Amino acid sequence: MSSIGTGYDISVSTYSPDGRVFQVEYASKAVDNSGTAIGLRVNEGVVLAVEKLVHSKLLVPRSNRRIQTVDTHIGVATAGLLADSRHIINRVREEAQSFRDIYKYQVPGKTIADRVGQYVQAYTLYSSVRPFGSSAIIGIVDNGGPHLYMVEPSGVYWDYFGCAVGKGKQAAKTEIEKLKLSEMSILDAVKDAARIIYAVHDNAKDKEFELELSWITKESGKHQFVPKEIAEEAEGLAKESLNQEEMKDD
Amino acid sequence: MNFDNNNNNNNFYESVGNVTKQTTRPIVTGTSIIGFKYRDGIMIAADNLASYGSLARFKSVERIFPVGEFTCIAGSGDLSDFQYIKHLLESLMIKENYIDDGHVLTAPHIHEYLTQILYGRRSKLNPLWNSLIIGGFHDGEGYLGYADLLGTAHKSSTIATGLGTQLMHPLLRKSVEGRENEVTEEEAIEIVNDCMRVSYYRDARSLNKFQRAKITAKGFEITEPYSVDVVWHE
Amino acid sequence: MNFVPTALEFDTYGQNGQNGGVPTSLYFDPYDNNGGTALGLSGEDYSIVASDTRQSSGFDIYSRCDQKATKLTENSVLALGGFRADGRSLTKRIIQRMEWYRHAHEKEMSFRAISQLLSVTLYSRRFFPYYAFSLLGGLDENGKGVVCSFDSVGSYHDEPSCVVGSGSALMQSFVDNQIAFHNQQVNNEPISLEKAIRIVKDSFDGVAERDIYTGDSLDIFIITRDGVTTEQYPLRKD
Repeated sequence: MSSIGTGYDISVSTYSPDGRVFQVEYASKAVDNSGTAIGLRVNEGVVLAVEKLVHSKLLVPRSNRRIQTVDTHIGVATAGLLADSRHIINRVREEAQSFRDIYKYQVPGKTIADRVGQYVQAYTLYSSVRPFGSSAIIGIVDNGGPHLYMVEPSGVYWDYFGCAVGKGKQAAKTEIEKLKLSEMSILDAVKDAARIIYAVHDNAKDKEFELELSWITKESGKHQFVPKEIAEEAEGLAKESLNQEEMKDD
Repeated sequence: MNFDNNNNNNNFYESVGNVTKQTTRPIVTGTSIIGFKYRDGIMIAADNLASYGSLARFKSVERIFPVGEFTCIAGSGDLSDFQYIKHLLESLMIKENYIDDGHVLTAPHIHEYLTQILYGRRSKLNPLWNSLIIGGFHDGEGYLGYADLLGTAHKSSTIATGLGTQLMHPLLRKSVEGRENEVTEEEAIEIVNDCMRVSYYRDARSLNKFQRAKITAKGFEITEPYSVDVVWHE
Repeated sequence: MNFVPTALEFDTYGQNGQNGGVPTSLYFDPYDNNGGTALGLSGEDYSIVASDTRQSSGFDIYSRCDQKATKLTENSVLALGGFRADGRSLTKRIIQRMEWYRHAHEKEMSFRAISQLLSVTLYSRRFFPYYAFSLLGGLDENGKGVVCSFDSVGSYHDEPSCVVGSGSALMQSFVDNQIAFHNQQVNNEPISLEKAIRIVKDSFDGVAERDIYTGDSLDIFIITRDGVTTEQYPLRKD
């Protein structure tokens, strides 16, 4: 790596001569090492899916969730250092509550994305802090309908139709691009999200994983984990499609 | 009253000169509310009027709101304090939901929480000027609680607040006490209507437009505002 | 509760007419009296704490089943009269402090320790008192029956029998005569537990006749070396 040994990669308060902040880029590496997280936005709502790598059989199933609820209408899926992710989610919750306290309604998507973005960006300015090794995918249904944002360690955020982050992000993005998100039902989006997570999972390097699947439907306006029957069906189809792919390869 | 020369210190205390002033009296108020047990759970009622002194100021104010699936709160007294309480409970339920352990707050928890909030504020000599009825369904039976601006709390099978303690409570006690498990939903609705009619006849701060809520094993149901037939001359 | 601001009084207007005659001090009365009577009796090896279950405010009966006496340990029971919200809060605080004591010392607090704790807790609010009249009944370190009565700012003392709450003036003299044998020349034998319970019931029946804040039902806590047992006794409900 060109940055190593130059001295420009020690602190976020120093640029490299070609205008980069290496610590931020290293933080992004921490995100790239994480299990994949994706978000899909369709007309009927938003679907979030996470490949949560389970590194030990001793862990309690479904613990250490990487998708969490904020207020009632927001879901946040994270990739990267879990402790950093939790800190960010805490902040999103505080911002959502503070908005509620002042305006008495639920925080809109672009407001929450902007506030979280500002917060994360502040950790790229000072030598005394370390940027977050975490990216947050924010799914939300507000008055303007469903929205999907992703905040990266640099503090930058975009409004997405579909996004992916983590180990399998390249493959996942290729898959998402093939989808017709604007015509898709939310049930199909759940199935595709599950299929994509299974497809990008690398069985050789990582053995076990748990699929976390959540949605915010326009109908309910609430962020919830996908109901058991629907999630199981989606997961079943995902495994089936994976087997078919393997058969084709053989 | 003119408090324009306040130093605004962004607190719930306002300051007048060098003396601290608190919420010393209710401004926009809701009148009596009632609640009682019946066979299937709890029935509560409140009218839709918000008075500004003797002026009937707002005539479509909802004074019953749900908290979770199995609890409803009705409030009389100062409406801005009531709205603040509503906001507190909404925030509380969101925070509880974050824990994501399958536990939910039910009526007795909410009753205790409200009592502590009200008592805490009265102890700061800055009360939330309300009498509240907490109706819920918990552990297979109806739960009916009361809490007020002093932090006083109790449970009972019939509750009325304000002028309703004189006008409606005797009617409630007569028709409900001792037969909580016999009163059917139809009869309970009749009891509500009779009480609200009496209240409308004699309480000058009441309105013949009110809502009724029931909380049963199936959850809560709050009616749209409705009226009862009244006869003034006969 | 009254929503018309009669509970408030305009106090003084701005000193020397400053603030344009705007009131500078307004009262909110943070207290209420919710009634209720509690009686404590102590014998050689027992003590009894009894309190009615009516909760009132003015001419309203709020509840007919409000328990004003609480079992704190296997040898102490606390009963309260006065302002119910303060009573609830005080009880909660004492129970909390007893739990901390248990964690720190791995044992229950003794009756004497609880008395002192209650006293200092009440005194901590000397200038904004808990409007609660407390009565603590139990057994001391020698197993002897004791009853302590407290005023609302924590001063307390042992008495063989005492009454607190709305009916105390009516009941105290009767109890003085029947339990402490005041003005009795013939009878001064120690009273058996059975007889004491009869006196307790009679005392409350008598007070419920005349005090509108006492009635509905009576909770009787009997504290002996074997622990605390309870008994319910109906009172008049009107």
